[in-house]
Amino acid sequence: MERLVRGKKAENLLIKGAMLIDPASKLEKRGDILIEKGKIVRLGRIAKAPNGLEVIDARELVVTPGWLDMHVHFRQPGREDEETVESGASAAAAGGFTAACPMPNTTPAADTREVIEFLIEEGKKTLIEVFPIAAATKGRAGKELSEMADLVEAGAVAFSDDGCAIATASLARRAMEYANMFDVPIIEHAEESTLCVSGAMNEGKYSTRLGLAGMPTVAEDIIVARDILLAEYTGAHVHIAHISSAQSIELVRQAKAKGLRVSCEVAPHHFTLTDEAVNDYDTNAKMNPPLRSQRDVEAVLEGLQDGAIDVIATDHAPHSPHEKDVEFAAAPFGIIGLETALGLIITRLVKTGVLSLSEAVAKVTVHPRRILKLPPVTLQEGQFANLTFFSPERRWSVSKNSFYSKCRNSPFIGWELTGKVYGVYNKRQLWINQDF
Amino acid sequence: MIISKHLLGLEGVSRKEISLILKTAQSFKEVLARPIPKVPTLRGKTIVNLFYESSTRTRFSFELAQKRLSADNLNFTASGSSVAKGETLKDTVRNLEAMKIDMVVIRHPASGAPHFLARHIDASVINAGDGQHEHPTQALLDLMTLQEKRDKIRGLKVALIGDIAHSRVARSNIYGLKTMGAEVAVCGPTTLLPREVEQWDIEIFTRIDDAIRWADVLNVLRLQLERQESGLIPSVREYAARFGITRARLAAARKDILIMHPGPMNRGIEIESDLADSESSVILDQVTNGVAVRMAVLYLKSGGEQVLESTLEAEA
Repeated sequence: MERLVRGKKAENLLIKGAMLIDPASKLEKRGDILIEKGKIVRLGRIAKAPNGLEVIDARELVVTPGWLDMHVHFRQPGREDEETVESGASAAAAGGFTAACPMPNTTPAADTREVIEFLIEEGKKTLIEVFPIAAATKGRAGKELSEMADLVEAGAVAFSDDGCAIATASLARRAMEYANMFDVPIIEHAEESTLCVSGAMNEGKYSTRLGLAGMPTVAEDIIVARDILLAEYTGAHVHIAHISSAQSIELVRQAKAKGLRVSCEVAPHHFTLTDEAVNDYDTNAKMNPPLRSQRDVEAVLEGLQDGAIDVIATDHAPHSPHEKDVEFAAAPFGIIGLETALGLIITRLVKTGVLSLSEAVAKVTVHPRRILKLPPVTLQEGQFANLTFFSPERRWSVSKNSFYSKCRNSPFIGWELTGKVYGVYNKRQLWINQDF
Repeated sequence: MIISKHLLGLEGVSRKEISLILKTAQSFKEVLARPIPKVPTLRGKTIVNLFYESSTRTRFSFELAQKRLSADNLNFTASGSSVAKGETLKDTVRNLEAMKIDMVVIRHPASGAPHFLARHIDASVINAGDGQHEHPTQALLDLMTLQEKRDKIRGLKVALIGDIAHSRVARSNIYGLKTMGAEVAVCGPTTLLPREVEQWDIEIFTRIDDAIRWADVLNVLRLQLERQESGLIPSVREYAARFGITRARLAAARKDILIMHPGPMNRGIEIESDLADSESSVILDQVTNGVAVRMAVLYLKSGGEQVLESTLEAEA
């Protein structure tokens, strides 16, 4: 049975004793938040609350600006059996995200004003904000540019042919030049397809053992290098989606050192798992980019630490069980990620000392908003309250039945994670996780 | 329990299990030499042969092995089956299992298809070749042939020649040979050697003459002619000239070198035609041993480990 996250109207609210973390304003201290008419009216110690006000005892909780996942697949329009904006928004909120950017690889592709407006309208019915990413080329076919001016006007926040790279260097160049007029980034799925023909997993030790066609890291690196050179040449802003290779991370690091407008994101599975997870032909370990080697995972951790990697984004990719439960080569790429991201970030990055809590939060709040030129969401008086509540200590087991997403394709089912979502506040509504 | 339920590959299969399979296969080879080469060992057992890829010798070999063991068998080939109607592998097998079968032999173009099956059904699964992953019964029959011809496998130097990257025969042989104590080499053009081939801790040659000088045994793999089209080799002609095994090249080899080939052969490409029929070639012994090895695998995987000796004696 499908579960939905439904916010409860809560115009006024007092949050007591929370650890408040807001990387944008360098805030990290214990305090209370008083919300009136959906706005933060007071921050700090609030000794006396107005009578009858709803109070959240948040002494166990961290409260941060609402999280944004800049890379999700909501499958609408076209595959509503797998996810919709409504169910995807539920999964997002349940995962602590109050905003998400659906990628345009739908059917039809998000390459027209109508689709972008539809996605935004659907998003308005939910607890989260939906900021769609539009296709860079018509139908993501890599032939002609999409009508970018129109799409930006409709509300698209970036352009991408995600699922594949923008097909040719010349088209990538023109997409960058044209998108630059509107100051929106090109988000690149970095994969040189001719190096990945029928590829099913990372090329290396395990693909050789398993007899599966490989997708070498160099296929990612070539497009990252191409786009960095084009970014330099055009002055455009390029954001590399789901970076996974050590070499690509180094290329981005160098581009940043040169002062280029290049940024990148990583998915939780790429800092958590290696290609060894494919060992028993588990199709929940099949994603694109594929799980890489231990060396690449170490480079990801280093990149997160030194800032080469700006953002953590889930690449939430629901797939129906009958499509995923097949021979490995026949299975589609992708796993769901919205509802395990927070647990994986805390467990694999914060508890291990790779990132401080504040640094980790920055990669799902201020950084992606800056990259997408969205208005900042902060913990400041006068701002509309847009909040994520979680316990950084609480342990929980990922279970098949715990998901709000319509799909269950997660390699983390059965994992014990530290860090659990308590709830979110957005659009004058409060949702509290009943399974907390 | 030495014998595991399935035979999905030779990676990780113990030396003990391989030895028992080979020993059992020897006993069955004796059965095959009798005037009536048939035993009632698997009477009442039902085995399904699922062949999603065209195959002549492997399918015949399994079928014959089943008949020699008095098992009932069903043959399913991908063309004309429900696969064409879009049924998934999972559904196909669930249906078959609902018909109460005991064992499934599967050949499939996708690596890992037998592992997928094994996760979904109770019957024993025997891998008859999965994609570019493994072909364990082929390697077992190769081991049996080596044991027959050279007495012991330990210390034997076996070179696998050709397209290692795409070969399930190569993978199974590497695992089986190493487990049994042989030294293994691969030789082929660099484009046909898989990434991180070094992980297997084997000799790697790119000059055929080096491999020939090194080896006690050459196991010559079939070259798929489409490798030229996919840009992996410049031409079949150049491959034949550089990597084909010829009498002239064997002048540098030890006199009693053995030549193996899993078939089907491209005569004149990976192997000179009359060499395939020469005294060095054990290619037809491999085929004969294939039936015995598959009888052994079917028998042992159906739970016959303990009663082996008595069954064979009673029939003798």
